[in-house]
Amino acid sequence: MAAMTPTAPRADSAEAATGAAPARARRPRPRVWRGAVLALAGAYFLLPLAASFVFTVHVPGQGLTFEAYTELLGAEGFTRSLFLSLGLAAATIALSLLLAVPALVAVRIGSPRLRPVVEVMCMLPLVVPPIALVTGITTVLRWGPEYLSRTPLYQTFLAVQNPDFPVVLVLAYTVLALPFVYRSLDAGLRAVDVPTLVEAARSCGASWPHVVLRVLLPNLRASLAGAAFLTLALVLGEFTIASLLGFQPFAVWIVSISGAQARMSVAVSILSLLITWLLLLVLSRAGTNPTTVSAEPATSRKES
Amino acid sequence: MSAPTPTSPTTGTAGGTTLRRRRRGPRTWLAALPLIAFTGLCFGLPLGAIAFGAVTRTDPVTGATGLTGEHLARSLQGPYLDSLVGSVELSALTALLGGVLGVLIAQALVTSRSTALRSAALTASGVLANFGGVPLAFAFIATAGISGVVTQLADLTDLGWDLYSFTGLAVVYLYFLTPLMVLVIVPALDGLRPQWREAAQNNGATGRQFWRHVGLPVLAPSLLGGFVLLFGTAFAAHATAAALVGGSVPLVTLKIADALSGNVLTGQENVALALGLDMILIAGLVMAVYLPLQRRSARWLR
Repeated sequence: MAAMTPTAPRADSAEAATGAAPARARRPRPRVWRGAVLALAGAYFLLPLAASFVFTVHVPGQGLTFEAYTELLGAEGFTRSLFLSLGLAAATIALSLLLAVPALVAVRIGSPRLRPVVEVMCMLPLVVPPIALVTGITTVLRWGPEYLSRTPLYQTFLAVQNPDFPVVLVLAYTVLALPFVYRSLDAGLRAVDVPTLVEAARSCGASWPHVVLRVLLPNLRASLAGAAFLTLALVLGEFTIASLLGFQPFAVWIVSISGAQARMSVAVSILSLLITWLLLLVLSRAGTNPTTVSAEPATSRKES
Repeated sequence: MSAPTPTSPTTGTAGGTTLRRRRRGPRTWLAALPLIAFTGLCFGLPLGAIAFGAVTRTDPVTGATGLTGEHLARSLQGPYLDSLVGSVELSALTALLGGVLGVLIAQALVTSRSTALRSAALTASGVLANFGGVPLAFAFIATAGISGVVTQLADLTDLGWDLYSFTGLAVVYLYFLTPLMVLVIVPALDGLRPQWREAAQNNGATGRQFWRHVGLPVLAPSLLGGFVLLFGTAFAAHATAAALVGGSVPLVTLKIADALSGNVLTGQENVALALGLDMILIAGLVMAVYLPLQRRSARWLR
């Protein structure tokens, strides 16, 4: 900033010749420009939300009614599909973190040569669109009845496709979530000096589980929360894989009722946006709140 | 790597750092193993199945499997080629528009002095970027569909508006692509240090010259990377289009879904696999451009 003060007048005088003084002219111009951009963007992003809400509560010829929302809880399949989606989300978050956290921490503190391998493994799913992945999954699942029907592996194929809790979806979602989990955790680990923390904790006599659970993970709180949120949003909204494999979690259910109950499907869509919003707020709060550290010792004792 | 060498003779006597270092190697390697095994099984296996199914044909009578280019060739002609071209066009258009709009909004946010506005807009971007898929499609159907609120209020149909078309789909895609661009580009714009601008001004540069010679070159990798990311996202999107247009706009994701669920003809699975392979190749190309760009842009953002 020190350089700014003495030279600003010179910039002014130099520009005076061409008629545009940046230091003077820049101040008022962006305000109009910025306001216009933000107002237009706000209108574009808020209009569908407002209009959807009006659509759900205003029935032409009948006036205001909140039936779309009040009938929701009793709707056929609503709670079942919602709980299925939440269960899938919880399992996916647990699985992806259990896989990614040890691998990423290990790569940071002990096996740097594995790092490119882990990075490629985690980022590759970005290259495969969900719709392409699902073609592969259906092909693999078809091998079950075709080649394996006499082996015990066949039972695994059936169990994985149990419609009450399709494990195959958890596996597929974990694959889809890995890039986001990896990026979030990698950014978190980059912000922490992992080797120094580990050396310090080890010098103080901490055991390895203790180091990971009580030293490293608390430092990664924000990125763990971020990874969990991204995974949750991904699973709650996922439609492609579930619908093509023939399961009915939340997003598939919304589409299935849209023909008969258009109002309710829009109401659910708004609610799902609100839920995502709330979860993001809660998780970003959890990521920065220091009191959540107290939750750590319980897991640490159990593990060690 | 030089540190362990001099201390290794003491390993047996003093258990301190060296013992730990020696024991750490195999253990940490094991910690990465579940991840590698998992991706190998749950990602590698379907991927292998796609590649295998796309280039082989099993004779229904003899059961013999042989190599064939037939499926890939079929996936690149007729309606399948149209759908690939349609997908690429839609993705390129929406990525370009979303990129430009995202940069404008991000710049407005970065230069704004209200931190409350900035953090609120960034949170909103985080939510809206994830608000793709089915709920978004229904929100737009309620807004601008045939009996949508805005359609009826503003008589959009008379103006030639059709949500269930290429244009309509592009408008819907922009709803989640623009916030995504904002999220990607705000850190890059933050990384444009005021000192650089001051330095440029000290040397007598105009605003335009600053952007031409300093701002854009520094931002270029991020901008291109953002565009490529948006392209990949739009290209892979299926749920929004499936819930919105059904089949009226030719998109490769919709064609694959049709072929998989047997809506077109039976025996289309291998063509679906070949189309899947096409998509992976295009998306792979996109990512091969994106990741190095992202690494390059990260250099300036410290």
